Amino acid sequence: MAGPTGGARHRGCARPCARGPVCARGRPAPQAHVTAGTAPAQAQAGCGGRAAALRAGVMAAAGAEALAASVRDFVSGQQDGRAAEVAAGVKDGRWTVLQLVEALGFCLENTDPRMRGRGIQLLSQVLLQCYSLLQEKEVLHLVLFYESRLQDNHLVIPSVLQGLRALSMCEVLSPGLAVSVLKAIFQEVHVQSLLQLDRHTVYSIITNFMSTREEELKGLGANFTFGFIQVMDGEKDPRNLLVAFQIVHDLIAKDYALGPFVEELFEVTSCYFPVDFTPPPNDPHGIQREDLILSLRAVLASTTQFAEFLLPLLIEKLDSELQSAKLDSLQTLTACCAIYGQKELQEFLPSLWSSLRREVFQTASEKIETECLTALRALSACLSRSVLSSDSEDLLDSFLSSILQDCRHHLCEPDMKLVWPSAKLLQAAAGASLRTYHRISHSVLPLLLEQYTKHTQSSQRRTILEMLLGFLELQQKWGHVEEGFLSSSNLELVVDHLIRLALHEEDSQSSEAAMEAAGSLAPTYPKVFSGHMVPRLEEELQSEREESHHKRHSLQQRCLQALAAVSTHTSIVKDTVPILLQHLQKVQKGTEAKNTQDVISVCLSLHRVALQCQQDAEGCWYFHQTVVPCLLAMAVQAAMPESTHTLPGKALLEEEVLAAMIPVISAATTHLSPELAAQSVSHVVPLFLDGDVSFLPQNNFPCSFQPFGDGEHLEAQRRLVALLMAFVCSLPRDVAIPQQEWLLRELLALSCSSNCPFTATTAAKCFAGLVNKHPAGQQLDEVLQLAVNRMEPSLAEGPRRTQALTLLLWVTKALVLRYHPLSSCLTDKLLGLLGDTELGPATADGFSLLMAESPDVLHKGCHADVRIMFRQRFFTDNVPKLVQGFHGAGPDVKANYLKGLSHVLNHLPKPVLVTELPTLLSLLLEALSCSDRVVQLSTLSCLHPLLLEAPQIMSLHVDTLVTKFLNLTSSPTMAVRIAALRCAHALTSLPTTVLLPYKGRVIRALAKPLDDKKRLVRKEAVAARGEWFLLGSPGR
Amino acid sequence: MVGPGLGAAPLENANPLIYRRSGERPVTAREEDDELPDAIDDREIFDLIRSINDPEHPLTLEELNVVEQMRVKVDDAQSTVSVEFTPTIPHCSMATLIGLSIKVKLLRSLPERFKLDVHITPGTHASEHAVNKQLADKERVAAALENSHLLEVVNQCLSARS
Repeated sequence: MAGPTGGARHRGCARPCARGPVCARGRPAPQAHVTAGTAPAQAQAGCGGRAAALRAGVMAAAGAEALAASVRDFVSGQQDGRAAEVAAGVKDGRWTVLQLVEALGFCLENTDPRMRGRGIQLLSQVLLQCYSLLQEKEVLHLVLFYESRLQDNHLVIPSVLQGLRALSMCEVLSPGLAVSVLKAIFQEVHVQSLLQLDRHTVYSIITNFMSTREEELKGLGANFTFGFIQVMDGEKDPRNLLVAFQIVHDLIAKDYALGPFVEELFEVTSCYFPVDFTPPPNDPHGIQREDLILSLRAVLASTTQFAEFLLPLLIEKLDSELQSAKLDSLQTLTACCAIYGQKELQEFLPSLWSSLRREVFQTASEKIETECLTALRALSACLSRSVLSSDSEDLLDSFLSSILQDCRHHLCEPDMKLVWPSAKLLQAAAGASLRTYHRISHSVLPLLLEQYTKHTQSSQRRTILEMLLGFLELQQKWGHVEEGFLSSSNLELVVDHLIRLALHEEDSQSSEAAMEAAGSLAPTYPKVFSGHMVPRLEEELQSEREESHHKRHSLQQRCLQALAAVSTHTSIVKDTVPILLQHLQKVQKGTEAKNTQDVISVCLSLHRVALQCQQDAEGCWYFHQTVVPCLLAMAVQAAMPESTHTLPGKALLEEEVLAAMIPVISAATTHLSPELAAQSVSHVVPLFLDGDVSFLPQNNFPCSFQPFGDGEHLEAQRRLVALLMAFVCSLPRDVAIPQQEWLLRELLALSCSSNCPFTATTAAKCFAGLVNKHPAGQQLDEVLQLAVNRMEPSLAEGPRRTQALTLLLWVTKALVLRYHPLSSCLTDKLLGLLGDTELGPATADGFSLLMAESPDVLHKGCHADVRIMFRQRFFTDNVPKLVQGFHGAGPDVKANYLKGLSHVLNHLPKPVLVTELPTLLSLLLEALSCSDRVVQLSTLSCLHPLLLEAPQIMSLHVDTLVTKFLNLTSSPTMAVRIAALRCAHALTSLPTTVLLPYKGRVIRALAKPLDDKKRLVRKEAVAARGEWFLLGSPGR
Repeated sequence: MVGPGLGAAPLENANPLIYRRSGERPVTAREEDDELPDAIDDREIFDLIRSINDPEHPLTLEELNVVEQMRVKVDDAQSTVSVEFTPTIPHCSMATLIGLSIKVKLLRSLPERFKLDVHITPGTHASEHAVNKQLADKERVAAALENSHLLEVVNQCLSARS
């Protein structure tokens, strides 16, 4: 339950109640009026007078008898349904509220409190439905009536409050009445001895008045605040607390007078901090612990007036043992820093720092560490914001001094535990503002550089470099600050060290860290890196002196990586790109396997540079203009027919090399502006369609370039369609492609006719990529009709069924992504092919292609038309057909349907999968028994997330799951054994009580894979078995 | 209670020397080949025990240098495993508990055919022989694990860190 925590703070109902009228509760009303003294007696008399006045206005009407009958049924006959009839009568004018009061007269004056209560209940229920129809005068009388009833027997009070709630929603409430109602409630009702619902009613009345009568309520001054404090004091129900916290928040936010009650208001809310509440299982109200935490935090952190009380409380809770209390305190402190200033924090800074430091130094929880660092950053930012008067102490400076004093010396011990906690604290403080960054980095950066030279072990140096990188990254956050902190001699020293580490450090992680650091520093000091680092890398790249071939090769690899890493500024890119291209020229000439790898390495570096250029328009265009024609020229040159070379002889034409060039061209194209892209497309498309080589840097070729021409000797040139695809499928969607219809026809023909699978597939992908972006309309329909006409006969029979299937898959994908109406017809063709004995397995695999994100075409990055819900839609449209197909299929093709299904499920977003699961689970369980290992594998990988995310549903099938997983751990295929063991491991996230009956059996069965011949299988078995041992055991 | 030191209570040695964790073992092409068998080697045994949590610090035995790969010996053919561990200080009161955690981890993770020998690196602990004797005594190990308090601490050492 969400009760106030800590006995001392809880000042709830135990307090003696000094309020007179409460003592009268429980006695019959008339006596109460007599014995409770003169004031209530007068009220009673006044009430009687008003009731008479109400009655005076009543006219005998035709409905009077019906009304009286309904009232009798409700009050004496306990027929609750009558209330709705009576309300309906008021709404359609058969009778008025006044007539209702008249008809109720007999029971409102009855001596039995139950009778009175029933009468008022009816009136209140009617008012709740009809309050908007009331006249100002009627409201006045009703308010006075209800106020007087607040002194009545406790059985009547709930209905009275309901009535007042109805009236609090009336727009015609006269000025002064809101205050009068609230005063009466504050005075007459002891709210915390009411039931939850009735307390909630009181909060609703207050909330209604606060939203419509703010000025009137403020006229009450601090008395309103005090009254509310008494109302909520001791509240325990989470539903009511959410409302009460909102009211306190509004009191503060809307500037109600708190007067002398600031501390009381703080006490009455802060006694719930930290919130300790676990919603009961199956809670219909859906209130989470987090809701209460956030709404209480909004109150506590809403005003600086609470600071002097709140900060000691936060420190106390931060020093407690409870993790949740620590977390809540830290998050609340962070929230407070948004509005606090020096004045509020001053007194508490030393304690706050010492608690934060202790937590970061000692905690085992990453979450606590993160929140501590966030709080420290917020504190430092808060102090940075404050305006200083000329004679006051600079708190920020002294605060940072104590941080430096406690943390700085730990940076000198890169092997000790506290080095990272200290660095993180310093970085958190430095990340708060430009001022904090300067103060910390001026002290820390020289120290780190000095420590770097002092320590010689590579692991120590790596730690120091990583810390240095952390501080440098913060510098970027504050924009390019002046270059002051590194002098030019220091800078050259740094660059020397970075080069040496990047190229010669044996540990590859240290080498990578050095490259990262160079990339981070380069935009700040581009001249130093261009002038100093790039020439050194170039020299090393071209050097022939290293005697061992292997060493030279690995040095070249490092040079290529470093050249790419340091290309983070356009001026540097203009130096590095020519070096990389020149190196590419050199290595592509050979024919050995090693050359293939070398070409790929250069492409990887070029790709990295391309990605780093994308955000800068100048760099992007430079890269595109320089690299794309150069790559095309080299490839065209390599593809020229020569008698001496047969096809596979050239590195540049290898599939894996072309595949490595695709991302380079694509990344150089996606971010072009439409004008520049149009300029480029006007060269590239004619190159492929007309053989126009004039824009290539070296264009003196022995033969013409005709990739779409006929003839054996052009096989090599056709492969270059891959490069055309990389370019043309990456263009922004609004760039017009010249001669597009012609190009599409050529691609279509090539995809259906080529005997080379690489060429055919590439042409199909390129066709699909263009079709996906093609504007809808008659032209597109014609192109698609053409494609269908070509595919259908080839699919039906003949030597090119596979090519036709590939084309069908890619075109289907292109259309599924954009919700094109033809996509369902093509998908149905694919579903039909699952039953084909020859093409079925390839079609089933093709479902993976349809659902997965393709790396080179048809993804968002290359501006394809991709609807975000296409997978869900495909699932909804096609899974029922797959299931139906499975049930109707012959035994030899059944597995195809399962495979197709598991591909679809595998790519479905997990939340969708989890909701769709129950209908498919039995089929998936059946698929586990299928002997096809691809089906087994993809079914296991489908079940794995479900075990983690839908343990309740999976628990129903625990028996089957345990049996099948254990069976599959002895599959002849290693990958299946591994997947089965992972699933057996994931089973442990099911409820322990469900699993315990199987614990012994599973542990025994998993002993066998511990001795599997494959290490990777043993590793999974160890993990799974270890977790099963912990089930239901203490200390898990 | 024995457990990770949380809250305000200071640790005996709050700033111990930290050793670098070895990276994940790189997967070789051979290991990915379905047919070729991989023998159980020293590194594989070391990988089983290096991520055991220290009972006091939020650190692993590897990070505190309590276990090292060079002090792990396995003979797959003979089915024997020998592990030496080095307490951080000679009077470390946690030595038995650490040894027990290593032993339990190996019992749960290795095929039954293996004979296990877990002992303190010679000359590194005041009560070396007493601890070694306890760890070698099957019945005492079994009895220790019957004690639910001890089992809880051992399980905590063997649980994956969140």
